[in-house]
Amino acid sequence: MKKRAFAAISIAAFLIALPGVSSTAKSKEADDAKRQAKLFQKKLNKDDQILHGLDRLTFGPRPGDVASVKKMGLKKWIDLQLHPEQIKESAELETKLRPLESLRMSPMETVQHYPPPQLIRAIAMGRQPMPEDPMLRASVERLIGRYKAKKGTDAGATKNGAAADANEEMEPAKRLDEVLDSTELQTMRSGTPEKKRELLTSLPADKLEEVLIAMPRGQRQQLVSFASTEIRRKVLLMNAPQQVVAYDLLESKLLRAIESKRQLAEELDDFWFNHFNVYYDKGSDRFLIPAYERDAIRPNVLGKFRDMLEATAKSPAMLFYLDNFQSVRPDMDAKNKNRKVKRGLNENYGRELMELHTLGVNGGYTQKDVTEVARCFTGWTLLEPRRGGGFFYNDNMHDKGEKVVLGHVIAAGGGQDDAEKVLDILATHPSTAHFISKKLAQRFVSDNPPDSLVEKMAKTFLSSNGDIREVMKAMLASKEFWSEGAYRAKVKTPFEMVASSVRALDANVSDAFALANQVGNLGEPLYRKQEPTGYSNMNSDWVNSAALLSRMNFALNLAQNRVPGVKVDVSRFGNDPIEVAKTLMFRSASPQTRAAIQKALEDQKQKTPATVAGLVIGSPDFQRR
Amino acid sequence: MTSRRVFLKGSALAMFGVGSIPAWLSRSVYAADADKRRKKIMVAIFQRGAVDGLNMVVPFGEQRYYDLRPSIAIPKPDGSANSAVDLDGFFGLHRSLAPLKPLYDAQHLAIVDAVGSPDPTRSHFDAQDYMESGTPGRKATSDGWLNRALVKGTGTVSPVRAISLGSNLPRTLRGRNDAVAMNNLNDFQVRDAKSSATFESMYDSSLDTVLHGTGKETFSAVKIMQSVQKQSYTPANGAKYPNGRFGQSLLQIARLVKADVGLEVAFADIGGWDTHVNEVGAQPTLGQLANNLSDFGQALAAFYQDLGDLMADVTVVTMSEFGRTARENGNRGTDHGHANAMFVMGGDVRGGKVYGDWPGLGEGQLYENRDLQLTTDFRDVLGEVVAKHLGNANLSAVFPGYENPKFRGLIG
Repeated sequence: MKKRAFAAISIAAFLIALPGVSSTAKSKEADDAKRQAKLFQKKLNKDDQILHGLDRLTFGPRPGDVASVKKMGLKKWIDLQLHPEQIKESAELETKLRPLESLRMSPMETVQHYPPPQLIRAIAMGRQPMPEDPMLRASVERLIGRYKAKKGTDAGATKNGAAADANEEMEPAKRLDEVLDSTELQTMRSGTPEKKRELLTSLPADKLEEVLIAMPRGQRQQLVSFASTEIRRKVLLMNAPQQVVAYDLLESKLLRAIESKRQLAEELDDFWFNHFNVYYDKGSDRFLIPAYERDAIRPNVLGKFRDMLEATAKSPAMLFYLDNFQSVRPDMDAKNKNRKVKRGLNENYGRELMELHTLGVNGGYTQKDVTEVARCFTGWTLLEPRRGGGFFYNDNMHDKGEKVVLGHVIAAGGGQDDAEKVLDILATHPSTAHFISKKLAQRFVSDNPPDSLVEKMAKTFLSSNGDIREVMKAMLASKEFWSEGAYRAKVKTPFEMVASSVRALDANVSDAFALANQVGNLGEPLYRKQEPTGYSNMNSDWVNSAALLSRMNFALNLAQNRVPGVKVDVSRFGNDPIEVAKTLMFRSASPQTRAAIQKALEDQKQKTPATVAGLVIGSPDFQRR
Repeated sequence: MTSRRVFLKGSALAMFGVGSIPAWLSRSVYAADADKRRKKIMVAIFQRGAVDGLNMVVPFGEQRYYDLRPSIAIPKPDGSANSAVDLDGFFGLHRSLAPLKPLYDAQHLAIVDAVGSPDPTRSHFDAQDYMESGTPGRKATSDGWLNRALVKGTGTVSPVRAISLGSNLPRTLRGRNDAVAMNNLNDFQVRDAKSSATFESMYDSSLDTVLHGTGKETFSAVKIMQSVQKQSYTPANGAKYPNGRFGQSLLQIARLVKADVGLEVAFADIGGWDTHVNEVGAQPTLGQLANNLSDFGQALAAFYQDLGDLMADVTVVTMSEFGRTARENGNRGTDHGHANAMFVMGGDVRGGKVYGDWPGLGEGQLYENRDLQLTTDFRDVLGEVVAKHLGNANLSAVFPGYENPKFRGLIG
């Protein structure tokens, strides 16, 4: 859960000052605060600076990263990370992203390409027309050819056409035992997931399609948990085409975090997506999110805040998620007798825009301001929201009266501009500068960043007209960032934990869907934070029993090669725990962690490189960055 | 459905195979009282997103309710599936909560109306924060009321005395006393025993101030859960929990109650109440709110049925951060409002009654001319359960700054 009240430093937050604390506890808290403040003045040594830079600006170091940053020079490396467009992206990553087609489609195309199965059936039965697009048409025709209609396709035979539509099933043209030989059948029936995966991958494309179609739906769905990306997409296209979009998103999120050379940009994508959170499971957002992340968030993560604010305000995903697309001037339907359901003002977006996107909850706005902002945004709507239509300004929905937002008068008679003026006011407001700077510092420096740092960043925000790159530069030039107070002060989020373990192990990821599931198990199902807060940056939100156990189990599974789609080569590690820890963390483990592993290794059965690696990744040390 | 039950103290122990639990785990280890009285248990439920209290507990006796909500009001009780379930001639339950009616009739379910947090915020996040910390308007409180509500133990306290279902520990359970978050009882373990021991010693000896404490709590809890995991579980008395996350959360809590592992407080939440748009479907008794309430009501009813006589020791309280606007908005929904309704369920609850002073929905009666007024502070309700059910009389420590909660006579 979101929680903002942790004002005490992170350590104190867990030792907890009970209300009505004694004076000794209070002075202890003050002492802790003083000690912490001192640590933010203490500079890290050169080697630790490189590790710290990698800990904070990437999803964790990979083997070789420390050496290459050293060679390039820390300053130059940071400068390059601040200009991701100058970094050549990994060709291997681009190859892996290529099959994830939905990432590159417009919302309209997404709706058309991932039609629900009922539509395929309806086309087969002749009740829906063939798609006009020749490519789509060919694929639908091929799919239909693999089936034969069960019984009379004569729709006229049933009076209740709609009910028949929903229930009608088609039979595969060929049965499974007509497509596969007996050994292959045996493997599909009782083989291990690895064997099944191998078999499916070895089949020629045509035969594969026949096999998938011949399977009952349930059996086919089971392939999702272990099949390769390509085959998984085929299965989903048959079973639940809309789901392809979610799988593509998850797959790409993990692949980029693990393999992108533009690591800071990926960290910032995670930060800003959560800042401007939208929720996958809310209706049309299912097919609106790929375009949202690609067009509104990613191009702006180091750009002007005002641009990102506008891009999100106008994005179909946000207009849908926070309901603004159906907010209309209060008097619009009031007297319209033909409208049974009367529409009106909806405050949802107006409130979250100020509370979460710009000013912050204590940024100095009132309920009256919320209503006034909502009035300014009336008319910012969508064309055919359920069919992937885009932003559309509808003047007839707009409230033309005068509004007063945070003391600024927005004159009567305005149009689409009224909301633009609101965005101007909010994007340049000192509360926004402070709120955004503090949040960035909490993500990149410490849960409780020193005020001195936040002030420097906020000042830069205002003087640079909300230039995020400049704000990041101010942070990265500060002594607080490179201090002992910041070093390893953050607990990794589940996403960071999963990505950093794969990076540290230098694992080979052929598909990342199982990894994305693990991020969910650890408490952070990606794209599925229902509340507009997005996921938290604070340590205390990620440390609890359930999450810790999941982290340990994940560490063991990963190192022992039990996460589908990921291959770890542990042979290079040996089983000297001190060396393994150093290889995976790029620094020595704490004496306590080393002692515990060493003791475990007195038991010969535990003495395998995979076990040792799993223990290191599940250790308290590895949970920090 | 269940009829009114006779609660026989202690009889449950014989019923639920406590013999299979190791002797050192038996309740006597935890029971502070010499008479080996069972520990009382409080279950707190949070409806996140602000449930529409006026459609959940329907003031059908007030015409103004229908004037303010021309297209989403729940019709007056007429016995049909499209109308409210009559409680007392003025209030009714949403049709989806019909499974709770027998509990109300058995006087094990009480309702408090026009209740909530006095803080005026309409931010979900602040309001949840305040309701979980138990200190409205005060952001600096670092722990939660449910953690503070735990009675100071004199002897050994169970490592699983405070449990939350879900992968994150909620604000309300954070604090000085150990509290454990778990997704699923059966998964609550490190899969291989040897590595488990190594991790345990790592976290136990770690100097990491944040991870050390949680690690320690985790492994103490894992040991206890192992004994519970060994037994399979079938809900008693034919109770059927709904399949959703909330139903499964309550099932796990019931399982822990029966296993007698020293549970004192438990927390579960259920989301999806933020109904700005299309709160109702084709009928006011259908749609988003109706579906969610049906999940909610069925789960609570199943919990009650499953625990049977054990409900004598258990009190369940529900809450939501604020209510919703008295008027419907322009999208067949409602916006953020003020006061709401709470349910209190258990063997020692004086149920069968809607508590609280009804402020009315007329002109001049609404809070800020838009929302239901508050006439009961949520801490009055929680405080009474904490003091009279859990037996923690030190309410000024549980709800600092709220010295004199007004008990409504809910428990007794």
